[in-house]
Amino acid sequence: MAGVTARRARKQRAFRWTVLIVLGVFFVLPLIAMVEFSTRDPSTWPALVDWPELSERYPALAEGITSSLSQAALTALLMLVLLVPTAVWVRLRLPQLRRVVEFLCLLPLTIPAIVLVVGLAPVYAWVTYFFGGSSLTLVFAYTVLVLPYAYRAIDAGLSAIDVKTLAEAARSLGAGWGTVMWRVVLPNIRSAVLSAAFLTVALVLGEFTIASLLNRTNLQVAINFLGKSSATMSVAVSLTALLLAFVLLLLLSLLGGRRKSTPTPFKEPAA
Amino acid sequence: MTGVAVHLNGLRRTFGTVHALDNLDLSIEPGEFVALLGPSGCGKTTALRVLAGLEDADSGQVLVGGKDVTSQPANRRDMGMVFQAYSLFPHLTAQANVSFGLSLRGRSKSSARAKEMLELVGIAQFADRYPHQLSGGQQQRVALARALAIEPSVLLLDEPLSALDAKVRVQLRDEIRRIQTEVGTTTLFVTHDQEEALAVADRVGVMRSGKLEQLAAPADIYLTPATPFVAEFVGLSNRLPGRVVGQEVEVLGTLLPLLAPASPAAVTALVRPESVQVTPETDGNGRVLTTSFLGPISKVTVTVGDVLVVAQVATDRLGSLTPGTPVRVTLQPVPVALA
Repeated sequence: MAGVTARRARKQRAFRWTVLIVLGVFFVLPLIAMVEFSTRDPSTWPALVDWPELSERYPALAEGITSSLSQAALTALLMLVLLVPTAVWVRLRLPQLRRVVEFLCLLPLTIPAIVLVVGLAPVYAWVTYFFGGSSLTLVFAYTVLVLPYAYRAIDAGLSAIDVKTLAEAARSLGAGWGTVMWRVVLPNIRSAVLSAAFLTVALVLGEFTIASLLNRTNLQVAINFLGKSSATMSVAVSLTALLLAFVLLLLLSLLGGRRKSTPTPFKEPAA
Repeated sequence: MTGVAVHLNGLRRTFGTVHALDNLDLSIEPGEFVALLGPSGCGKTTALRVLAGLEDADSGQVLVGGKDVTSQPANRRDMGMVFQAYSLFPHLTAQANVSFGLSLRGRSKSSARAKEMLELVGIAQFADRYPHQLSGGQQQRVALARALAIEPSVLLLDEPLSALDAKVRVQLRDEIRRIQTEVGTTTLFVTHDQEEALAVADRVGVMRSGKLEQLAAPADIYLTPATPFVAEFVGLSNRLPGRVVGQEVEVLGTLLPLLAPASPAAVTALVRPESVQVTPETDGNGRVLTTSFLGPISKVTVTVGDVLVVAQVATDRLGSLTPGTPVRVTLQPVPVALA
């Protein structure tokens, strides 16, 4: 009996390791290849961490990096400013609109980026007219693009608390709507807000289609452009972007894990 | 500190086709503890929320301390409110929850005051705990402390005990009354539990379909109900067939005084189980059908002819009233209402 159990455990362990190794090879091998390839030219990595030299040798890449970073930050900010008050207001005052808002926010997910661009092109003629042709104007399109993920994250955060009662309690204690948002709602959906922001950053850093088709610059456009002249550098930058996104998602799952581990309520001692 | 008077004048509020408030008038004396009692959907919670400013009335007036606050938003009304449950801010400790309203008012000594309030509700030792580390009863104590900390002109309690265990409920109910007497704040308490309302309030208002049926002291509500609805809703009643004879009604051969005059006819009288007396007697007019043990007082169901009568008896008499025992049923001549 004991022999059977031991054999089964051994089999299971072997199976587990096989899966892990196969998957590991599948995911890690391309990364190792990227490391290997990008180190063939020894000047690549030092140049990447030396910002002045990078911007001198690859001005387009440097511009792409700064554009993407500022796009990511601004998109996250605009998304939060638009979405958090809207989601809270829908929950408090217009619960019958929840389905509609959810549907609208999910739409960008169902429309391929290429189709989105066709619709965005004439809109961006106006954007260019009002705001100029800066690549930062992509923030508007990206805010729409990240809605499905951000809305889901924030809505999940709001579901975990009783927004209506908390808001009413705060109001009855003398809080105006600003105070309700800032001091009551936001602190209680902090991890949801963070995950929405992280998802936004990860998404914006990886965006290529819209930026390329609207003739704007961002990191991916720059990498693609660089691939034609300096292959090792473009691979090194890709690898860095990939690792950054990975770190962001790791932080996200850590945050998500912490939220779940709230202790259970105490039982009231009798009498 | 003494309370202020509250007047609700002609409040109306409809949700679709439902009249949640139908021309409701309610006056609360300064420092008084009034409980609104009624079945669910009778408008009692809407009345409280309109007073709090969390709900707008379609028409009517809310006066607090003589001032018209009808158009003031909730955050300017200066009311302390305790909700059914889950109203504590999860990210703040008990003490920070209590200080919240004080800090909005820019009080410098808010933490000392918060401690004092937590002491008043008896949970000063849990000041540093977060809501999820407190039991339901403790959370409601914190909520009460938080509502009282701002020294509100009116204290509003929206079924604050309904989510608690029976034992904690009774404990906290008495505690709320003690604290209210101590601070003297005018209080409106909404509940669907009649025992709760009768036990704590100075006056109880029984509501039905957005209107106040009766507003009176608990004993008056119970003993001299103004309408059949109040008589049936508050306490238990036997519905017994009777016949109006002059100023009285004849039920099971006994003449009982009437609470309100009625024209002679066959009627249904509402008789409380405690005014029904049951004594074993071999040639009595009834027979015991069932008995149920309820602690010091027990319930006996008797058939008199084809009428079922429920009586309350002291439990030590239950031994002589086993099912099948022939008994005599008599009624105490206390005033009764008609259904």
